[in-house]
Amino acid sequence: MPSLIFRTHLKTSPTRFKSTPFRLANSGVFKRLPRFIFSLMLAVSLPSLAQSPSDFNQALDLLRQGSIQDREAAIEQLAIEPQSLNLLQALQDGKLFELKAEAKLVIAQESNAGYQLSDALSSAALGEVDRSAVSKINLNNKLRGNLRKLIGQLQLNANDADVRLTAVKAISKEADNKVLALLRQRLSIETAPTVKQAIEQILLLQDMDSADKAVRIDAINQLKSHDSQDVVNRLQAMTEQNSDGEFQEADSDIRNLAAAALSNIQARIQAYAAIETVFFGLSLGAVLVLSAIGLAITFGVMGIINMAHGELMMLGAYSTYVMQQLLPNHLGLALIISIPVAFLVSALVGVAIERGIIRFLYGRPLETLLATFGVSLFLQQTVRSIFSPLNRSVATPSWLSGSWQINDFLSLTWNRFYILVFCLLVFTALLQILKRTKLGLEVRAVAQNRGMARAMGIPTAKVDAMTFGLGSGIAGVAGVALSQITNVGPNLGQAYIVDSFMVVVFGGVGNLFGTLVAGFTLGIANKFLEPYAGAVLAKILVLVFIILFIQKRPRGLFPQKGRAAEA
Amino acid sequence: MMANLDKSYSSVLSLLLIVTLGIPLCNLLFPADSALHFSAYSVSLIGKYLCFALLGLSLDMVWGYAGILVLGQGAFFALGGYAMGMYLMRQIGSRGVYGDALLPDFMVFLNWKQLPWYWHGFEHFGFALLMVVLVPGVLAFVFGWLAFRSRVTGVYLSIITQALTYALLLAFFRNEMGFGGNNGLTDFKDILGFNIQSEAVRSVLLLASGASLIAALLLCRWIVNSKLGRVVTAIRDQESRVRFLGYRVELFKLWVFVFSAMLAGVAGALYVPQVGIINPSEFSPLNSLEIVIWVAVGGRGTLYGAIIGAVLVNYAKTVLTGLMPEIWLFSLGAVFVLVTLLLPDGIVGLLKRQRQTLAAKTGLKTGVASA
Repeated sequence: MPSLIFRTHLKTSPTRFKSTPFRLANSGVFKRLPRFIFSLMLAVSLPSLAQSPSDFNQALDLLRQGSIQDREAAIEQLAIEPQSLNLLQALQDGKLFELKAEAKLVIAQESNAGYQLSDALSSAALGEVDRSAVSKINLNNKLRGNLRKLIGQLQLNANDADVRLTAVKAISKEADNKVLALLRQRLSIETAPTVKQAIEQILLLQDMDSADKAVRIDAINQLKSHDSQDVVNRLQAMTEQNSDGEFQEADSDIRNLAAAALSNIQARIQAYAAIETVFFGLSLGAVLVLSAIGLAITFGVMGIINMAHGELMMLGAYSTYVMQQLLPNHLGLALIISIPVAFLVSALVGVAIERGIIRFLYGRPLETLLATFGVSLFLQQTVRSIFSPLNRSVATPSWLSGSWQINDFLSLTWNRFYILVFCLLVFTALLQILKRTKLGLEVRAVAQNRGMARAMGIPTAKVDAMTFGLGSGIAGVAGVALSQITNVGPNLGQAYIVDSFMVVVFGGVGNLFGTLVAGFTLGIANKFLEPYAGAVLAKILVLVFIILFIQKRPRGLFPQKGRAAEA
Repeated sequence: MMANLDKSYSSVLSLLLIVTLGIPLCNLLFPADSALHFSAYSVSLIGKYLCFALLGLSLDMVWGYAGILVLGQGAFFALGGYAMGMYLMRQIGSRGVYGDALLPDFMVFLNWKQLPWYWHGFEHFGFALLMVVLVPGVLAFVFGWLAFRSRVTGVYLSIITQALTYALLLAFFRNEMGFGGNNGLTDFKDILGFNIQSEAVRSVLLLASGASLIAALLLCRWIVNSKLGRVVTAIRDQESRVRFLGYRVELFKLWVFVFSAMLAGVAGALYVPQVGIINPSEFSPLNSLEIVIWVAVGGRGTLYGAIIGAVLVNYAKTVLTGLMPEIWLFSLGAVFVLVTLLLPDGIVGLLKRQRQTLAAKTGLKTGVASA
């Protein structure tokens, strides 16, 4: 299992680590569930250890009233107990106060009137008090240093692997012998591979300072396989010269070894960069495919140039916005509901366009192009009148934000990842509809030979409307996805219309797989060009490439063969 | 039938002559407070309409007669406009904000040290005029040569012409291109040494636009009635048959395409000094589609129909955007839909049909009377 760390979590304060149920709703439900149950079981099965309650309370009093030396002892005492993590953290952040009236410790958050209080141990809210009602528990620098280690130590034994990993990273900054001993001890019982690796890395980095050459060589050899910025920095420092031309690392064997290890890691970093570019390209391609796939039906299968396609996507995006306005407290749910809603809205508008305008223009593609362009202007202005010309913000649910941090050099953002998955799902669903349903059969029959299909009793007019509705509905679904990565405004559709036509034409009209391949190819090509040419120039180059490509192969990558090609 | 066409054609032509000569003449003869004196605003507005009419005419040549629906005609218009704009920029000289004798303001602002090579020569009016037709012409030649040779036709061609203008739009937005980025070229001072803001120069520009339009109309009419024009029309109606008859279809198409691009370039060059700015938004695909709708409204394949359509639609745009801006896109959208559904031959077609039914009725009456 690859390490799963959410960037957002690295930022969350450890005070949150108790509230596992909250995070369950927050991130990757399926991943979290077993861990959550496990931690619940632990919480139930672990009785208070070693010390008696009176010792603990005594330490609390000491911390509240005692001298600096008393406090040091009190903190040591408190740190034995896992439940005091919250309190110690507050102490370190300067948020631990004494509530004078009740002679007890509280956590205070500054508010407008004074301080917002909560219980130091249970975190239960205690209301608001005036500034004069509390006094701060002060620390000195020595105590602060101790405290950091103690907190790290507590967190190191936390149930949540993510918290442990954060703790490992935090205490590695001031690794003294005591901390190292602590880490070694943890390593022997650690089960989570990510935490294990992080601890190993710290210990190996320590070994590099060892006096024993064999230990150092061994450390370098092992660190070779660690993808970490710390390791790279360290190795780089070893191979560099200082201003006098002397190498930082006197031993040339070690130096050469370090250089070799460094180039080894850097080769992998390059590979990761390539993987990341491909991923970005795939996700851009997924967006292109999503926006083009509805067009592949209306343009590719039916031969209708629908210039209002982009506006149908825009309607889908606005459906998402409206759903989120209706369900302001359930953003994720609103997003999921808006998929069918957007499909229906866009499909209905599509059927209306087909019945109202396009059916009078079959066989006249240029006129269809103009009329549907008129529709697109109409829809744009309608949206502008209803929702204002300004961009509307569509919220991203938390499980879509953040990224999948695989190592220091490779992280994949979740929203792009989900769009890729979503694109493939939509594509598969569409393919299944066309292959396995009655509608799909009729669509294909009408596309291949309209006259013969009618002769066989297929209601071609109805099938036309349904097909157009299907293509339009998929445009709406694409709009839902777009609402997560771009601004939702009246011009949303215009930005994608040229691109989506390019994808369909490039892939070959009438070929869904062609659209898929073309979308991903163009997406990846765009992202590989970007570092050299910049985003805009890359786009221009891709456009020019397609224009030239169409000259060479007017029927796209995968041209239709046989009689269908003649039509 | 032909006589009817000729009649409408000559009435449009005479109307153009009256506008072209009349307005500058009025402004010359009557004092500024007279009712017959046209304000600077209306002079440049009418001048603008004339440029749009020329642009519409250029599209009608390629769409109405050769059947090539170009969705990127605005690109050629804008390129012609940029060529003229570059000349006007060089005319500013050291009167710019930064006072640099050689570099336009935006280049000084971008910290450029010398004039890019493609800006050389534009200080000469003649060179700029040459570029006005040459740049769009060469682009159309290269693009058309590639496209027509490999027989890209119909909607494919329309879509890639749209992609062409879209690519140019993106390119001209970049500051590195050296055309002023998204601000474009503006703050013009002089044309041929005369103050571009002065009333006399505006009248002369209107005269030039009108004269170019009339000349272009005569030229186009001569072309479509020539043997070349007939072959082009035949290609529009039955491309493969013309090819089998032994004509090099792609060369005829290429010829019309390049000619129309050059006309569009001229229209752009006349447009820029009258509105005083050229920026990348002229490349936007929407602008090119609007040109198509002018021609469709007027009636394609008639030449003068394009002129009528361009003036009418733009007049409606001026009025509507002035009165209630939010209505404009609604009406433009409605015009697109209604014209394609109900008026496939545009206003000219509608008038023609009415005249025919009228003629049929009177013909029937005379027939009855003579029987």
